[in-house]
Amino acid sequence: MKTFRIIGRNFRDAFKGVFRNFSLSLASISCITITLIVVAVSIILSYNVDNFTNLVEKDVTIVSFLDNDLSDEKIDEIKDQISVINNVDKYEFISKTDITKDMMESSDVFESIMKNWSDEENPIQNTFQVKVKNIEDIDNVAKEIKQIDGVTLVKYGEGMVEQLISVFDIVHKVCVISVIALVLVTAFLISNTIKITINSRQREISIMRLIGASNLNIRIPFIIEGLILGALGAIIPIIGTIYGYNALYHNFNGQLFSPFIKLIQPTPFVYTISLILLGIGILVGMFGSWRAVRKHLKI
Amino acid sequence: MELIRLTNVKKTYKTGVTAIQDLNLSINKGEFVFIIGSTGCGKSTLIKMLYREEKPNSGQIIVGGVDVGKLRNGKVYKIRRKIGVVFQDFKLLPKSTVYENVAFALEIFGVPKAEIHSKVVKVLDLVGLKHKIKSYPNELSGGEQQRVAIARAIVNGPKLLICDEPTGNLDPNTSMEIMKVLEEINKLGTTIIMVTHSIDIVKELNKRVIVLDSGRVLKDYAEGTYR
Ligand SMILES: Nc1ncnc2c1ncn2[C@@H]1O[C@H](COP(=O)(O)OP(=O)(O)OP(=O)(O)O)[C@@H](O)[C@H]1O
Ligand SMILES: [Mg+2]
Repeated sequence: MKTFRIIGRNFRDAFKGVFRNFSLSLASISCITITLIVVAVSIILSYNVDNFTNLVEKDVTIVSFLDNDLSDEKIDEIKDQISVINNVDKYEFISKTDITKDMMESSDVFESIMKNWSDEENPIQNTFQVKVKNIEDIDNVAKEIKQIDGVTLVKYGEGMVEQLISVFDIVHKVCVISVIALVLVTAFLISNTIKITINSRQREISIMRLIGASNLNIRIPFIIEGLILGALGAIIPIIGTIYGYNALYHNFNGQLFSPFIKLIQPTPFVYTISLILLGIGILVGMFGSWRAVRKHLKI
Repeated sequence: MELIRLTNVKKTYKTGVTAIQDLNLSINKGEFVFIIGSTGCGKSTLIKMLYREEKPNSGQIIVGGVDVGKLRNGKVYKIRRKIGVVFQDFKLLPKSTVYENVAFALEIFGVPKAEIHSKVVKVLDLVGLKHKIKSYPNELSGGEQQRVAIARAIVNGPKLLICDEPTGNLDPNTSMEIMKVLEEINKLGTTIIMVTHSIDIVKELNKRVIVLDSGRVLKDYAEGTYR
């Protein structure tokens, strides 16, 4: 009960502090808002990139074309050689007959052309379709397979996959760096706001000390003021995230550019992000005011 | 029973000024003690050390069983809660009412509202300001403001009330009214130490008088012996 009363009083004081220096508070709140928007964007981006990378990893296949006049023993030998390559996840032999059949089923045009081919005329080759564990090393796997005797050609989405991933990687890094910079600037601004509040309440503080307020008694209202600034700064980014991401998701029907790049479902994704944003706002606010209090409220 | 004991206390400020030296003193519970002496003799320094606003360089200061000189900064509040302090300049919050100024001393400790109300009203009654409960400090006379300050200092029920020239800004009549309030508080059991330059007040009340000179006790008159 007693603790609740003290906390209630502290919140009241803290709110007064926020409004006493409203222009400064507004500057701090805006700064947190901007920081959190960048945080939100980078979280949304990186989670989607992660999601997308996983999808790509599941999908990307190395197709190894084999010489058509290999014996079954030789094909088995190649299979063994592929199976021992590092980073190979799954592999599957698909014969030229299977492929021909698939292609003929998939389109009438193909069927009309291909049904008349004899086995010798058929240019389609037997293949091994290989999936890798780690997509970033797909290039090495492809090279190793190419060196196997009897493999004529190796194909996968060369370059494109790696490039996409490295671009996302750069975006991710830029986001992280700007968040760190913004967090520092924000903490500094909040620290200043709280410093001004402390100065405007020097008289009250000195009286509090005289009548036996402990350090905690004196400091907590200011820490809470920082917390409130942080929480207020999180409002716009949270609303923006919830509405913005939902709108984006539905606008693009849950995918970007192609069915290949799927966006993450908005629920519960946006609520998780909202919690993270609120948490970061509060932490940055408290950290800023803690710094001011440490510096300016010593006895 | 002894409330305060000072043993060989010495205080030299960073500027090199020695404000208190070779000071030995004992004050019992329930006493009313005046501290007098010329300007700069160390009166304020002495009482500041009692509520640990200043630390002695050497010697020992015991207040209510606590070695105040050894108290770490973070623990100072513990002794402050047992001591009320009143100053010449009142130190009230200008934007708060009389009631709020006094209630403030209870609120920060989380005392329930009902209890705050009854305690504040009681103590304002004691200092004779019950009718000004909603006034702001700038609507009060100096004497009235000082009573608010006294009310705030004693609302927690401290064992010791320290006053540094509480009547310094007040005319003789108002001063005597404040003294009546302080005597009343003393009668209720609170030990009072008061620094003053007013010989009239000292003579009128006829309490124990300690005369300081250059940071030392020059004379210590027992109750009723100062003429
Ligand atoms: N914070 C301080 N820093 C340095 N010197 C101080 C400080 N406070 C007081 N002094 C010096 O210590 C000596 C004693 O000062 P103190 O305030 O205790 O005197 P006082 O007896 O209360 O005087 P007054 O009657 O004028 O209030 C003086 O010489 C003063 O200049
Ligand atoms: Mg003085």
